Amino acid sequence: MESMSMAFKAILSNKMRSFLTMLGIVIGVVSIVVLTAIGQGTNAAVVSNIEGMGTNLLSVSVNVRRNNPVTLKGLRQMTMSSETIAHVAPVLTSSGTVKAGLTQYEDGSLIATTPGYDKIRNWSLRYGRFLAEPDHDNRSFVAVLGQEAAVELFGSVNAVGCTFTYQGYTFTVVGVLDEIGNSVSGSGDNLIVIPFSLGERLFRSKGISSFYVSATGSDTIDLAQSEVEAYMEKLMSQSTTSGSYRINNQSAMLEALNESTSQLTLMLAGIAAISLLVGGIGIMNIMLVSVSERTREIGIRKAIGATRGNILSQFLIEALTVSLMGGLIGLGLSWAACKFLAPVIGMTMVFSPSVALLAIGFSVFIGVVFGLYPAAKASGLKPIEALRHE
Amino acid sequence: MIYMNNIIKQYKLGGESIYALDHVSLHVGEGEYVAIIGPSGSGKSTLMNIIGCLDTADSGEYQLAGKKIGSYSSRQLARLRNRHIGFIFQGFHLLQKLTALENVELPLIYQKVGRRERRKRAKAALEKVGLGQRMGHKPTELSGGQQQRCAIARALVTRPKLILADEPTGNLDSRTGQEIMAMLDELHAAGNTIVLITHDSDVAARADRLIRIVDGRVHEHTSSASADKAALAKEA
Repeated sequence: MESMSMAFKAILSNKMRSFLTMLGIVIGVVSIVVLTAIGQGTNAAVVSNIEGMGTNLLSVSVNVRRNNPVTLKGLRQMTMSSETIAHVAPVLTSSGTVKAGLTQYEDGSLIATTPGYDKIRNWSLRYGRFLAEPDHDNRSFVAVLGQEAAVELFGSVNAVGCTFTYQGYTFTVVGVLDEIGNSVSGSGDNLIVIPFSLGERLFRSKGISSFYVSATGSDTIDLAQSEVEAYMEKLMSQSTTSGSYRINNQSAMLEALNESTSQLTLMLAGIAAISLLVGGIGIMNIMLVSVSERTREIGIRKAIGATRGNILSQFLIEALTVSLMGGLIGLGLSWAACKFLAPVIGMTMVFSPSVALLAIGFSVFIGVVFGLYPAAKASGLKPIEALRHE
Repeated sequence: MIYMNNIIKQYKLGGESIYALDHVSLHVGEGEYVAIIGPSGSGKSTLMNIIGCLDTADSGEYQLAGKKIGSYSSRQLARLRNRHIGFIFQGFHLLQKLTALENVELPLIYQKVGRRERRKRAKAALEKVGLGQRMGHKPTELSGGQQQRCAIARALVTRPKLILADEPTGNLDSRTGQEIMAMLDELHAAGNTIVLITHDSDVAARADRLIRIVDGRVHEHTSSASADKAALAKEA
């Protein structure tokens, strides 16, 4: 208690120097907390992007030259007979210019698929409906648009009932999707979704070259994957032509991404830790100066009865108080940065209490480690020599 | 109170050993007022450091208040200084960043005396030396005499068995020096044991007994104040 107030007095009596010493720790703590917040924020953003696409998602690409054994009928049978597969939908993609009156839209991403793809991708509709079975069966010229595509073509989000042309064919808009945002797979709001049967003809691509499968949940994804594998193996072995296929598991990708972003976070924290270390060396430096400056004080204290332990704890507590105060100020600043700065610069930052605690713990640790040597030096001074010091 | 027998303290100077204290033996009884006098370099500072437990002898026996100091650890010596010795230094040795009151409290902090009790005793000590009105002032705001009185209050606040004054008037003008010496006389009259180290024979003359030290040896050892005064008069 007494040593505590003594330490505060010593710190306050040399405000400028104490502030500069603290600054090292403040910068160290801020860089640790903010950099890990950025790292974790990036991680969270990537993860939520992927999860938005569905963690129960499998994408299968089929690589067969001729006589593709994969059929829509076969896939639907596979889905019906499985307990772990929820939906399946073939996908063809293309790009091209679509026109609505005089307006041309060139950035559209055309996707031909079947009903159910919206459920696989977790899409919801803003207006109208998604593709239905009759659209596919009748090869109807209907389309569902992403928000950007709707606005670009028709100037408003609610484009249901409007028409546009593609390759000379006139399409009627039956639905507009909710905003999707950009994700790693690039599927943004520029989608133009048409029936699969129509796509096969317009994109001049017969057969199913890739399809998406959704599992009933993220816990059954591995089971679903093995079922799809088994089905594909069987098909391929029956087929007369050689071919191959590839299954991409979304959750495996998520894991890999998670791993790499946490590595990144760790690296950022490591860099920040170095600055904290530099701050600690600053403390040691200042404390050593302080010890030689206060040699007489130490002598006087010893003469009137301070023990080695008294002097040691006095200097150690001083170092600790400086580093702890620096740590707390740094924490406050980084909290403020996460709260107020992150939205301004448009960055996701996750302020994590565990990292904050770690940073404080680390700054205290540094205070002790780098305060110990100067404190030991101070306490080891002989009283007469210290008194004689000018 | 102080019993010294064959105390030796050597310093190495350019490979040669020099006796700072050469078989010094002396005795100071309780309640005595003793002056140790000698020219600079005579070893009186070394003697004072050993008496004050700031330094230890190379050999010989030293007892303070019946305790054999020879085997004491630095921790025990610190405790002894804290409880039994009140120091008054030539340079006052007050902590510049603390107020007079805080300076006087300091030895009590190391004795782990509670805050309230500490404050009370420190205030009483400062009032005793006539600094009751200046307790909140820092040493830089006090005159030399006031600083020395503050140091005396600090020495007294622990109610020590021994007051050790090292050239207490060395940094003061003669009038203020007289005041401080009068204060020591008062302390002596109140029954305190005082050892005064000085090179000034006028100051030393106030003591009951004079111990002269030259080249590390105790030369004269007269036991009557009047005899000392006569000797001093003769010298002058």
